[in-house]
Amino acid sequence: MTASMTVGIDLGSRTTKIVVLADDAIRSAEVFDTKHDPLDGLSRHLDELPDVPTIVTGYGRHLLSERLGYQAITELSACARGAIHVRPDCRLVIDIGGQDAKVISVTEAGGFDDFVMNDRCAAGTGRFLEVMASALGYVLEEFGAEALSAGSAVRINSMCTVFAESEVVSLMTSGEDRRRIALGLHQATVERVAAMLPPGATDRGAVMFVGGVAKNPGVVELLRARLPAQPIIPEQPQIVSALGAALIAQSAGEERS
Amino acid sequence: MSHQYTEMYEQLGMNVELHGQMIEAIHDSFERQVLSQQGRPEGMEHFDGLVEAAHGERVREILDHKKAGGSFIGTFCIYVPEEIAWALDVLPLPLCGGSGFSVPYAAGRFPRDICPLVKSTLGMAFSGCCPFGGIKDMAVGETTCDAKKKTWDVMAVWGVNMHVLEVPQKKNARTVDLWRAEVSEFRDRLEDISGKRLVAERLTEAVRLINRRRKALAELHSFRMEERPPISGTDVLVATQGSLIDDPARCCDRLEALNDELRQRVAQGVSPIPEGVLRIMLGGSPAVMGNWKLHHLIESAGAVVVCDETCTGTRYFAHLVPEIEGDLEAQLSAIADRYLQIDCACFSPNTERIENIVDLAGQFRVDGMIHYVLQYCHGYNIEAITVAEALKEAAVPSITLETDYSEEDNGQLRTRIEAFLEMMA
Ligand code: SF4
Ligand code: SF4
Repeated sequence: MTASMTVGIDLGSRTTKIVVLADDAIRSAEVFDTKHDPLDGLSRHLDELPDVPTIVTGYGRHLLSERLGYQAITELSACARGAIHVRPDCRLVIDIGGQDAKVISVTEAGGFDDFVMNDRCAAGTGRFLEVMASALGYVLEEFGAEALSAGSAVRINSMCTVFAESEVVSLMTSGEDRRRIALGLHQATVERVAAMLPPGATDRGAVMFVGGVAKNPGVVELLRARLPAQPIIPEQPQIVSALGAALIAQSAGEERS
Repeated sequence: MSHQYTEMYEQLGMNVELHGQMIEAIHDSFERQVLSQQGRPEGMEHFDGLVEAAHGERVREILDHKKAGGSFIGTFCIYVPEEIAWALDVLPLPLCGGSGFSVPYAAGRFPRDICPLVKSTLGMAFSGCCPFGGIKDMAVGETTCDAKKKTWDVMAVWGVNMHVLEVPQKKNARTVDLWRAEVSEFRDRLEDISGKRLVAERLTEAVRLINRRRKALAELHSFRMEERPPISGTDVLVATQGSLIDDPARCCDRLEALNDELRQRVAQGVSPIPEGVLRIMLGGSPAVMGNWKLHHLIESAGAVVVCDETCTGTRYFAHLVPEIEGDLEAQLSAIADRYLQIDCACFSPNTERIENIVDLAGQFRVDGMIHYVLQYCHGYNIEAITVAEALKEAAVPSITLETDYSEEDNGQLRTRIEAFLEMMA
């Protein structure tokens, strides 16, 4: 059998991920910012892609499927499939991206049998952390490490992005150490996500933490402490859904032939 | 649009311009969410027309009814025993708002964390967009949820002639007595405002008429038990919403004609629903006229809504009133007892509802249930947990979708609905 190639595109609210797959091996994986005009931002990348079966996912999936005719699936199916590929023993995925947070109960076959998503507010998502980092004057990349360097945390009461921002501002003007505020914000985020976990979250198998926020050492550390078992963090936590989409494109191709 | 009613609106003291904008907004979503569907039955035409007639021809009919000596009351719940009203020439009309357009007009005068149904209703009154405000002889409230209960008090302070029915929150021998007394008091109030005495023959007639409507609606809904339903869930909703505000006799004729058409479709194998799509039951908060949002989202995601376990569905038509003749008091008790069977989430426990949902899931062969929760509708929101547990035992997956009348969360709802469908596929 010749190598069958497929592409998975995850058009997220903050970043776009593209994975090119040859059989089971990742040929290339790209991550770049989603532009205000997502199609325009994508076109340069699309030109370079091979003309092979492609599946799109993420919040911009309908746009891509309507304009370019690709099949669309939700991030939940894509993420479950990708996670099982990375670690076949994975049974629960925590996915925190730019605009949403999801907890997915994954099945052995790479499907899922339950899921929880955050509601329409940005609480507990990458967006929340991004707004707070900038309110505190941190660049996003250093935010997590700075938070961990605090000895103790300030308790943040509000999880609404707008309210939390004014809470942060008033804490700063009262002279509070900004690292302690940062730690409090990370704790609040993790609490929010922990509330979405099903009872006995780690009983069914391994837990995987994916999405852009899985690159934040502060959230990772605090989540570790919150779970009875160590979560798996893939090398490139952002591309799991794009990978899953490319894998689903492969099985769709196999079914057809 | 309908300039023919401008004069009537002015006489009713409405804000004609704003009202025009509201009608346009409703029509816009109706076009996008309902009229755009393919393969609709011809018999839907009458019910489509009712969306416009609701604030047009129907108002005129009510004014004529009053001119001819009849009375008119506004209602907000299917717990209002409408048979008694009809028997006294009192025309009851549900006034619950289903349009997001009027929601912002409730802001400022009412707390924020209230369900969109109450806010839409009040917003319509505050903004001068409700044609019925000035012409109703009475508004009938009930003690179901907190939002409504407290709204009646406010409305009374603002000068509305209110009558509040005490709907019990438990079902037992004591509350049967309480509710029968409530129904009897309601009769007295209606006799007062109408200046007429309730007589047994008229009540039997009214019971027959409303039973006929419930039967016709039950049949309409039951067509979706078919492997390939001859009608979409969105259309069944539209026909049901329309039926609840239409003249009962006329709407029975039209419903029965629609049912004939659907029977024929089934015989000929005609269906707008593709083969093998997932079958969804929607249950929970009511979806009143103007609100087609979730049905549209579910059906445009490639599934079909085969069962509505709501007050704009099974809860309205589930039980008939026994058609007793002669004995007025026995008739009233029979009416009261029929209404007390309604399984609104205001009851504790609400065992009937849980059992009923599991039954419906089997009858309609549903693949999954979506708990429909209007934002801040705590009864149905919390009860979704109990229902989900029972469904899990019956191996029926379910998810809860909490939403309001705006369209800003459509993207997230779509993702959840599609994920739910992918999960079951
Ligand atoms: S949900 Fe309850 S309160 Fe609302 S209309 Fe139905 S029975 Fe009445
Ligand atoms: S939708 Fe729920 S909260 Fe709103 S009036 Fe009806 S029962 Fe009350």
